[in-house]
Amino acid sequence: MSTANPAAKKNHNPKLAVILSILLAGLGQLYNRRYVKGALFIILEVSFILTLGQFINYGIWGIMTLGTLAGTDHSVFLLIYGFVSLILIAFAVTLYIANVKDAKRDAIRLRDGEKTPTFKQAAKNVWDTGFPYFFVTPGLVMLVFIVVLPLLFTVALAFTDYTQYNQPPRNLLSWIGFENFGRLFFGSGSGDSNIWQDTFISVFTWTVVWTVVATTLQIALGLFLALLVNDPRIKFKRLIRTILILPWAVPAFVTILVFAAMFNDRFGAINTDVLAMFDLAIPWLQDPFWTRIALIMIQTWLGFPFVFALFTGILQSISKDWYEAADVDGASRMQKFRNITLPHVLYATAPLLIMQYAGNFNNFNIIYLFNEGGPPVRGQNAGGTDILISWVFDLTFELNQYSMAAAITLILGLIVTGFAFFQFRRTRSFKEEGNI
Amino acid sequence: MSKKMKSNAEVALIYLFLAFMAVVIGYPLLWTVGMSLNPGTSLYSAQLIPDNWSLIHYKWLFTDPSSDYLLWYKNSVIVAIANAFFSVVLTSFVAYAFSRYKFTGRKYGLYAFLLLQMFPVIMGMVAIYVMLNMVGLLDSLVGLTLIYIGGQIPFNAWLVKGYFDTIPKELDEAARIDGAGHLGVFFKIMLPLAKPILGVVALFNFMAPFVDFLLPRIILRNPDNFTLALGLFNFISNQFDNNFTRFAAGSILIAVPIALVYLLSQRYLISGLTAGGTKG
Repeated sequence: MSTANPAAKKNHNPKLAVILSILLAGLGQLYNRRYVKGALFIILEVSFILTLGQFINYGIWGIMTLGTLAGTDHSVFLLIYGFVSLILIAFAVTLYIANVKDAKRDAIRLRDGEKTPTFKQAAKNVWDTGFPYFFVTPGLVMLVFIVVLPLLFTVALAFTDYTQYNQPPRNLLSWIGFENFGRLFFGSGSGDSNIWQDTFISVFTWTVVWTVVATTLQIALGLFLALLVNDPRIKFKRLIRTILILPWAVPAFVTILVFAAMFNDRFGAINTDVLAMFDLAIPWLQDPFWTRIALIMIQTWLGFPFVFALFTGILQSISKDWYEAADVDGASRMQKFRNITLPHVLYATAPLLIMQYAGNFNNFNIIYLFNEGGPPVRGQNAGGTDILISWVFDLTFELNQYSMAAAITLILGLIVTGFAFFQFRRTRSFKEEGNI
Repeated sequence: MSKKMKSNAEVALIYLFLAFMAVVIGYPLLWTVGMSLNPGTSLYSAQLIPDNWSLIHYKWLFTDPSSDYLLWYKNSVIVAIANAFFSVVLTSFVAYAFSRYKFTGRKYGLYAFLLLQMFPVIMGMVAIYVMLNMVGLLDSLVGLTLIYIGGQIPFNAWLVKGYFDTIPKELDEAARIDGAGHLGVFFKIMLPLAKPILGVVALFNFMAPFVDFLLPRIILRNPDNFTLALGLFNFISNQFDNNFTRFAAGSILIAVPIALVYLLSQRYLISGLTAGGTKG
């Protein structure tokens, strides 16, 4: 570099460019004699401050105080303005950092005597380096506002006192720290005995039992059937597979509602047609125990076909050589299954199986559509079959206990993140970062 | 000889179990068909195989002035087309950038997609409700469509990116030598070669509004804006035993086309899922 480059400007100082660009985005670029770029940065910054400065100021004030004047300040809106402001600030900071880095890079180039690119070249450079960002931006904006922002909002709501009796704009909300979580975990809080703690414990334990039992059953049945149908002695494979996949093909909300009618205690087909043959009548919708049994059976019915289809594909791809080698060694059928089939199948599908568990953990549809989480249980404010997510739904839309619902959602989110962590470790590509 | 007999007994047992499964699977489905053919509207008096079957409920859905069924069908189709189109456009943009370019934030973006696809959209339901209310899109099909499009990005971007990764980079390079730019590679190489997975994404985003019940339930209020799933649910949510046969007829008219599409496309879907899911 230092070999006498005639165009080199030894006294052009990158540090000065950095300082200038920190003072005002674009100044550094002007110093680097990149006038168009500098002007663009300045226009961008000034217009950002002029148009959004006030909004951001208001939003930050709003999220800190949640409003000061009951009836005028709407705490919930202020909360959302606050998060939008934070997102805008994050965006601005990213651009600002890009501006400083850019000023430094150009200054070094100028000092070392590289030619200043023409406008056309510069535009092409922007297009080349900026291209992935242009392509990601529309999706990213949607994602931020429709998925991320609502999640952040929910997290924030968990630390407020938003209930039916405290609705904005007539009332102001306030930050109350971990009080909501205290109620769930330790039964603290005012008056109403330990209803939150009791309900939380019973709903949580049922959610865990539900997730583990229902998902494991559907995976086991799917695997078992895939093995049976894969047996070379079985004929009509296509027809059998089509029938077995049917429950997956029919929209779940239809089948769940049909099952809800079939399990109806008084006139459902299960009691009047099937069980009547054995002189039985089971209170499927009145007794929490039997409702849970029914739910697990229905979910197994709904969930096994996907696993079956998945495993069938994998089974067909296992090389015959493995089994022939095992036959030569005199392996029993069980040994072949344990040492060849199972590892193959599980290795290839583990991420999807984890997703099955995560899916059932949050399987709102079946719980709500079958019996709306019922039957009711004395001494708690969730139904006997409510899982966490359907309890959240009830708290939000029936009981208007918004902040308690948000606190439970936050706990849900942490558990889901746990699932996701397993997922990361299982997804191979993350081990070889170069390929993803 | 005894070995062969043992084998035959096994095969017979397998068939027996498969037949049992066929009954378990078929019974509720056929029961629904039977219900829809009952002339009465009450579940109590309905028979599995009605003595005097009729298509009266199907006729009612389409012709009765008090039936909104066709309106719901129209709403669902509008949302479905918009959702399928914009989902494919947005996700293929995102997937192309993530599959072919190195840029700041790429790695964390991929982590974020994996994490976010596990959060169901309803976890943020309060905020979605409030925000749609703020911008005046509550109780509108536009609002519903926007939420669908945004919510599907993490899962589908991951899926499509996995597929793009399997398209050899040599093809891009060859196209670039021939003078194609960033957009040229995208439109002339990636999109045509990724048709199968884009078809799957389009198909499933097309069907989501037909089978989803929860989001419409939160967002839509006015029966004129209902989608099929929500409308059908409202048939039976209040008077369970009164309208069940009508519900059954309406359900069959959605379930049959959707089931056919699933059965025909399941092979692509499964291979797409395993490719995207394990290779990343």
